[in-house]
Amino acid sequence: MNVAVAKTTTGATLDGTFAAARGRLPGSGPVTQTRQRAYDTFSVSGLPNRRVEEWKYTDLRKLLGDVAPLAAAPDQAALDEARKAVAALKDGDTQKLVLVDGVLAADLSDLSAGNGVTVHALSAVLADDASAARADLLLSKVHDPMLALNAAFATDGVIISVADGTDREKPLQIVHVTTKPKAASFTRSLIRIGNNAKVTLVETFVATEAAKAYQVHDTTVIWVGDHSDLQHVRVMEDALDAASIASAIVTVGAKSKFNTFSLTTGGSVSRYQSFITLAGEGTELSTNSIHLLRGQQHGDCTFVIDHATPGCLSRENFRAVLDDRAHSVFQGKINVHQIAQQTDGKMMSRALLLSDDAEIDNKPELEIFADDVQCGHGATVGALDDSLLFYLRARGLPEKEAQALLIQAFVGEALESIVNDDLRDVAIGAAERWLGTRA
Amino acid sequence: MPALLEVKNLQVRVEDREILHGLTMTVNAGEVHAIMGPNGSGKSTLSHVIAGKPGYEVTGGEILFKGEDLLEMEPDERAAKGVFLAFQYPVEIPGVATMTFLRTALNAQRKARGEEEFSTPDFLKKVREVAASLNIPQDMLRRGVNVGFSGGEKKRNEVLQMALFQPSLCILDEMDSGLDIDALRIASEGVNALRSSDRAMVVITHYQRLLNYIVPDHVHVMSKGRVVKTGGKELALELEASGYTQYEDAAA
Repeated sequence: MNVAVAKTTTGATLDGTFAAARGRLPGSGPVTQTRQRAYDTFSVSGLPNRRVEEWKYTDLRKLLGDVAPLAAAPDQAALDEARKAVAALKDGDTQKLVLVDGVLAADLSDLSAGNGVTVHALSAVLADDASAARADLLLSKVHDPMLALNAAFATDGVIISVADGTDREKPLQIVHVTTKPKAASFTRSLIRIGNNAKVTLVETFVATEAAKAYQVHDTTVIWVGDHSDLQHVRVMEDALDAASIASAIVTVGAKSKFNTFSLTTGGSVSRYQSFITLAGEGTELSTNSIHLLRGQQHGDCTFVIDHATPGCLSRENFRAVLDDRAHSVFQGKINVHQIAQQTDGKMMSRALLLSDDAEIDNKPELEIFADDVQCGHGATVGALDDSLLFYLRARGLPEKEAQALLIQAFVGEALESIVNDDLRDVAIGAAERWLGTRA
Repeated sequence: MPALLEVKNLQVRVEDREILHGLTMTVNAGEVHAIMGPNGSGKSTLSHVIAGKPGYEVTGGEILFKGEDLLEMEPDERAAKGVFLAFQYPVEIPGVATMTFLRTALNAQRKARGEEEFSTPDFLKKVREVAASLNIPQDMLRRGVNVGFSGGEKKRNEVLQMALFQPSLCILDEMDSGLDIDALRIASEGVNALRSSDRAMVVITHYQRLLNYIVPDHVHVMSKGRVVKTGGKELALELEASGYTQYEDAAA
């Protein structure tokens, strides 16, 4: 395909954006070449639209329109605002790594090494000409236009390494704070967890008051070794007019556990796509995702799970509570490779529609090449149960409170999947904030 | 002082069908009234309309509670004012712990009355006391509301709420349905413990059996949407012997 043909006005603008950003993007030589290749890959298709099967329900050409210009590096005022936003998080005792407008803010972060954990800035490693593998940090095994765009523009992120045998109670937390309006940040973090390690990773997305109509483009690449346990909690409370396109690429080794939770209440357009490969035998994956959306918000939760080895278990649980004209998308794809016998995979999507105009699209896909497999999916869509509402009201709960209690109950099971008490409270707090602002 | 509950010439429709055709009854504080009658006579409809369940259209008459127009109030306002309906089939609410539900409901009622909300320790102490008196184990309180409860446990949970909220009017809608003798005895003892001079009870039942445990002051026989006979507790025994057929004829 001729690159020039696919270029739209958007494409031409983006060429300018990329050219303008180049000077600021860390890395030279092979890093620059990798970025250019990624950019060219993206340019062939441009923003995905509804004719791209994987993006059928989240047409970014329509919903996003354009890629915003790269956000300027944060100045002192932005850092001060971000500091306040981080202080307001109340998320217990965590090791915070704060990215402000896409740049790791050392002053707001605890970059200390210890207890088996080391942390580096992605920008520093990309810029380190002595690092032979630096350009590989931008590569990924998944082919997706938004991942390519992220690789082209990635300004910063964290590289975390967790040594074998680490058992760490204090969660590692990556906080993304946006302070600038109408700009885009591109972040990329890589986390490598060794064998026999136990760790909790939190990702938090917030913005300051001044940040409006901004874009967050994030990629997180995670490797989990054998006999390890990764608890992952992601809370996205970006501004209601922001866009958030995020990917997780996770590879899990043998006899490990990966328990991931995500809550989305923010963003006018958001997509969180996870590509998870169960690469070692006897591994357990559990995913719990919640959308709490209203107004005209569009949220997309996409999972592609590869059972690449025998005897792995995966459980996907998705819950959406949708008010007004909100639109939620759940796509769950399970690939069971030919050697992956005794695979046990299940996914369930439940949506609670609080308005006649809310909408949910479910797309389950099972591709099974092994013959001794249990794989299933289910979906339900419903409204609040009138008989339950009346029972609660007959016991004295006003209508809104009765509804709130039933909504909390609906998402409760997913929230309960968070093992860490403090983090569970953080997620419950975010859900309560959403309920508290219901009209 | 007005009567606790006055139902005057109440006419109620569900969709196109009139269920109550002008029902009148007065309940004073301290009294226990039994409403008996065959299936479809409108007993449960009456209880639902008093509690404010949606789906019923009142086409005539009125209901006064302590002199106030009950039909103008939302169901939660009625609860805060002291109306309590013990459901025939209490619903299961997965994901809402019984304890959370009880605290939220009690504090919502207190807030509506302008009273201070209970602190958690005070509340827990109170619930434990009442639960113990009703033989309700602590682990039941941690479970989702009525989830996995037996029929008897569900009814005891209704009585627990009654004891906790201290309403001035309790309507027991077929409390005996689905209960064995032991469960019936425990639930009835709980109800009897709540009898007092400032509280009234309306006990709706098909069978005289329940009234051996909760002895009424007045018995009303309903048939085809009206009260067709009112008497003392002996009326219940009479019905047990002769059945409802004579009243069905009388109402026709």
